[in-house]
Amino acid sequence: MLAISDLHVAYGQSEVLHGLNVAVAPNEIVAIMGRNGMGKTTLMKSLMGIIPTKSGSVSMEGAELSTLKSYERVAKGLAYVPQGRMIFSSMTVKENIETGLVASGERDVPGDIYELFPVLLEMKGRRGGNLSGGQQQQLAIARALATKPKVLLLDEPTEGIQPSIIKEMARTLKQIRDTRGLSIIVSEQVLSFALDVADRVLVIENGEIVRDDPRDVVDAEQISKYLSV
Amino acid sequence: MFGDYSIGDLGSIFVMQGFAGLILFSVYVLMALGLAIIFGQMGVINMAHGEFMILGAYVTWMTSNFFQAFLPSLFSGYFFVAMILAFFASGALGMLVEWALIRHLYKRPLDTLLATWGLSLILQQAYRSIFGAREVGVELPQWMLGSQKVTDSIEVPINGIFVMCLTLLITIAVAYVMYKSRWGRQVRAVVQNRIMAGAVGINTERVDCYTFGLGCGIAGIAGSAFTMIGSTGPTSGQLYIVDTFLVVVFGGAASLVGTIASAFSISQTQSTLEFFMSGSMAKVLTLLAVVGILMLRPQGLFALKVRK
Repeated sequence: MLAISDLHVAYGQSEVLHGLNVAVAPNEIVAIMGRNGMGKTTLMKSLMGIIPTKSGSVSMEGAELSTLKSYERVAKGLAYVPQGRMIFSSMTVKENIETGLVASGERDVPGDIYELFPVLLEMKGRRGGNLSGGQQQQLAIARALATKPKVLLLDEPTEGIQPSIIKEMARTLKQIRDTRGLSIIVSEQVLSFALDVADRVLVIENGEIVRDDPRDVVDAEQISKYLSV
Repeated sequence: MFGDYSIGDLGSIFVMQGFAGLILFSVYVLMALGLAIIFGQMGVINMAHGEFMILGAYVTWMTSNFFQAFLPSLFSGYFFVAMILAFFASGALGMLVEWALIRHLYKRPLDTLLATWGLSLILQQAYRSIFGAREVGVELPQWMLGSQKVTDSIEVPINGIFVMCLTLLITIAVAYVMYKSRWGRQVRAVVQNRIMAGAVGINTERVDCYTFGLGCGIAGIAGSAFTMIGSTGPTSGQLYIVDTFLVVVFGGAASLVGTIASAFSISQTQSTLEFFMSGSMAKVLTLLAVVGILMLRPQGLFALKVRK
């Protein structure tokens, strides 16, 4: 579905990602684990075209993405839920979701998005900035889904969200994958969440992928070593 | 300063000066709308905004001459044609400028200040070369002349009423476009978070270009309205640009209601005070009041309250 090969990303002269190779299969949920500063967010941003790619390629179903602008990548089927959620805080919940419709070309918010997140229907006239953290996270996912993506990127979705809701989010993500048949890449520091949601767990360390295990053979202890400081 | 007038006189003075202020208010609102849209979205302070307005005024003048020479029978309706032409002329020039100049400077906000100021000088000289240094006046059609007598001492000019209705219509239209249309939603998303707007699939560069065009186009309409209250010369636009910035900052950027409220208060203060003291003293007092209020409310009159 999405193939990253030999991806190098740099801020000016300092290279942060040193040649990543990741292939994501259709309908697969991949978790990328790693401590702060190991390159998770940089990877997400470069996949989205927010940070330029230095060399290497990112392709989706054979189409090269690495030279495209953000909005063109969205049109090709990539969607992004950033760290910190970044919803449009002075726009209403409904308007926030509708910004995603530009890419899909639809006029109205599809009903299944509200089915997934009933709380958003309840609050659709509220300003996005006045929602709680968990609700904002749901809104950011809903906005991403409105673009009808094939691959959904989530950057640390559990950050700043209470534990009971984290469990629910894992369930929601799996439900999204099952009903819409899309692939999900999620970067994460919370191991329990990653083990809960992912089919495959990758570990990124100093800009390189150092582990790549299918869920059923994951050695949680080994991975948590990479996460502890 | 009020001592020399009777209560009745004062009432009439306030009403008539207030009305004169309303025409000024209309021009301010139209100018500030465009400026606020552009500043809100791109963070570009368009120093050439006054020149875009004057382009609209010159287009109106040319249209009026054209109708006088070739279509005298339709002269009474020329103003509507002129407004539309002014909108498109200024809007097209705005889009060209955005494409050729501004978009290369988005990451350098101070440079846009300098670049648009240079652009304003270029445009002024261009007007001087093309239309001549002398100010030109537009002949108004018959139905816009004269005034409506309200009481013995109060008269309101008809063109003033017309300009105000026009401003009202345009403000409503802009509000509709910004808050109800799909395109307006895209603009507001870009204003809030440019990077994220791109990441949900909005072509931010195209939105920028059209927004700049729209802002300049509205300035063009302001120019049309301006021909009724002043004569058009190459440098007429400069007189308005500072006041318009004041309106935008005072109202709170990105707030339509704030822009209108601040345009209203500034133009009314200015206009009423001008009757009782010299124009520059009136300006000094207005500025002092604005500075004082902005020290207490740096975010402007109206700013949205949301969690950051």
